[in-house]
Amino acid sequence: MASVTLTGLVKEYPNGVRGVDGVDLQIADGEFFALLGPSGCGKTTLLRTLAGLEAATEGRIDIGDRDVTGFEPGERDVAMVFQDYALFPHMTVTDNIAYPLRIQKVGRDERSARALETAQGLSLAALMERRPAQLSGGQQQRVALARAIACHPQVFLFDEPLSNLDARLRLEARTFLKQLQKSLGVTTVFVTHDQAEALAMADRMAVMDGGRIRQVGTPREVFQRPANTFVANFIGATPMNLLDAQVVGGALDFGGFTLPVPGEGGRASAWPVAEGDKVVYGVRPEYVQCLPAPAEGAARGEVTAVENLGVSVLVTAQAGEQSVRAVVPESDEPALGDTVHLAPSSERVLLYRADGDGELIGR
Amino acid sequence: MSTVAGQRRSGTGSGTVSGSRSGTGSGPGRGLGAGALRLVAGRSVMYAVVCLLVVFFALPLLWLVLTPFSPTPSYKASLSGFTLANFEDLLANPQTWPSIRNSLVLSVGSSLLVIVLAALAAYALSRVRIPGRDQLLYALLLLSSIVTGTAAMVPIFLMLFQLGLIDRQFGVVLVLSGGLLPAAVFMLKDFVDSIPRSYEESARVFGASPSQILRHVVLPVIRPGMATVGVWALVQVWGNFLVPYVLLSDPSKQPAAVVMYTFYDAGGQPNFALISTFALVYSVPVVVLYLFVNRRYGFAFQGGIKG
Ligand SMILES: Nc1ncnc2c1ncn2[C@@H]1O[C@H](COP(=O)(O)OP(=O)(O)O)[C@@H](O)[C@H]1O
Ligand SMILES: [Mg+2]
Repeated sequence: MASVTLTGLVKEYPNGVRGVDGVDLQIADGEFFALLGPSGCGKTTLLRTLAGLEAATEGRIDIGDRDVTGFEPGERDVAMVFQDYALFPHMTVTDNIAYPLRIQKVGRDERSARALETAQGLSLAALMERRPAQLSGGQQQRVALARAIACHPQVFLFDEPLSNLDARLRLEARTFLKQLQKSLGVTTVFVTHDQAEALAMADRMAVMDGGRIRQVGTPREVFQRPANTFVANFIGATPMNLLDAQVVGGALDFGGFTLPVPGEGGRASAWPVAEGDKVVYGVRPEYVQCLPAPAEGAARGEVTAVENLGVSVLVTAQAGEQSVRAVVPESDEPALGDTVHLAPSSERVLLYRADGDGELIGR
Repeated sequence: MSTVAGQRRSGTGSGTVSGSRSGTGSGPGRGLGAGALRLVAGRSVMYAVVCLLVVFFALPLLWLVLTPFSPTPSYKASLSGFTLANFEDLLANPQTWPSIRNSLVLSVGSSLLVIVLAALAAYALSRVRIPGRDQLLYALLLLSSIVTGTAAMVPIFLMLFQLGLIDRQFGVVLVLSGGLLPAAVFMLKDFVDSIPRSYEESARVFGASPSQILRHVVLPVIRPGMATVGVWALVQVWGNFLVPYVLLSDPSKQPAAVVMYTFYDAGGQPNFALISTFALVYSVPVVVLYLFVNRRYGFAFQGGIKG
């Protein structure tokens, strides 16, 4: 078991694209760490650089107390599960699972026995003589996991291992994988573009964009206090409301309506903002109330869209120049064109800088 | 489709049927009769043409199968009795078995050389980025037909002469393999291209060395391709006449394809008994091999991983 430390890691492809652009990261021993980000943000590149399949352009990788930056993949003591599983099509399940042991020169009988033992833990024992083509997607995924487990690595690297499963199986595999990781206690780096997966499974997670890490934290921290507007926009079942505003006369002017600065007393002086500053006002639709009558701290708007989310309804309303979303119970569903009063719960509001990287303004 | 072709043929070709065209408009009953007549006529002509084509192509095969058993073999395909005497003649001929053994040596040798070299080259060409790689492959493919062709025989003869490889089977194997390699590399590269890189990367992460990756992963996965290429090379060499004819002068080293050419009787007449019987014996291994590989792997010239 080992921790993983990345220091100033850069991976530049020959065509000049920086897949990973200056990443510093510490992953603790035994931690389940998720790398989350939109497609093309460099998650796979980071994982492959960690595995040694890509050479780091700059920076340093430590696994445990070893600097493995210049090591061959086989010397790093990691096991990788690829998105397509990469099971060898000409080998049986036994031979696939036992392949890492074959490389380690374990005898044929012993490695078959150990492959069977690993397979039993993943309910694969009945399939040992099959070829990968004769297995379902879920079974293939478990064979790939078993092969990674069989080589007893210091670190597991998973590249979207659940993305080829259908929705139902994915939920089961999620729970299963999480339990498995906890029982093995092996440090795990798990790449996904599915925020629900990352939020559900990870002990800690990093959100990536353009080869950089935009936020690191527990799923709860990342969900409740996104560190910048990119993360705020990316995380959440329905995207956060991000409204442009300006500090005018100690309140926030949204162009068409004003709201008090959130928090105790609603004074701008409680925040590190100055008169005239441009800010981004962030509040999740779940924390916006949709009232029929005017109220203190509510903006008046007209309903332009109503979307059914099951037990609740996503209402989009035009307030002044801004489009504001709110999630309301299905019993309070307004009609299109209705006038509503949108009241954000002020303790849930976050303010971001409108310029630069859109950083969170500390309260 | 066939009726249309038949009708067109009847309209242009046969005078008796073309008269019926005027009747089509005059009444439904007559029109139907004339149409049916035209259909029958058209079909007949078409079948006649097809039969002629079949006979044209089947006759040599028929000759190959019938003549060895005929007591009076000639260039005609006829079975005027049944005898195995021709086979006895062939077995009695001192050149028969050595020449077949020579054919085996040349074709198996070239085939193995081609498989090994083509697999390595295809793997390298598929995985390593070389500028102009595809152009190089196409150029080689184009030029390779020259190597084993007539045009290059003189320079090749001179080259082998200087290398001291004239009248040696090894020289023939080298020349034939050289000619077959570009096409073999081309075919095998297709197979290697279809292997996801993640197979090799996965093995690499488990600590496999490049040679282990090649032996454990790449070669087994392209085995159907290697079998296809191997049989293809074998058949090419088995049937090649020119190269061994030019490069081998000692009759005891010549393969069957060349020896068959020498089966003339004292009067300069072709010895049909020997030639036909030998031709049959000579073609059997190729057919058997084809059936075997087809059974085992299916004949695929496209890459692809099955099961
Ligand atoms: N082999 C490569 N050569 C050049 N650019 C690449 C290569 N692989 C990935 N990239 C680029 O690097 C960036 C990150 O890719 P990747 O790590 O695959 O993203 P993700 O896995 O997050 O979807 C993308 O812009 C992609 O186009
Ligand atoms: Mg990816």
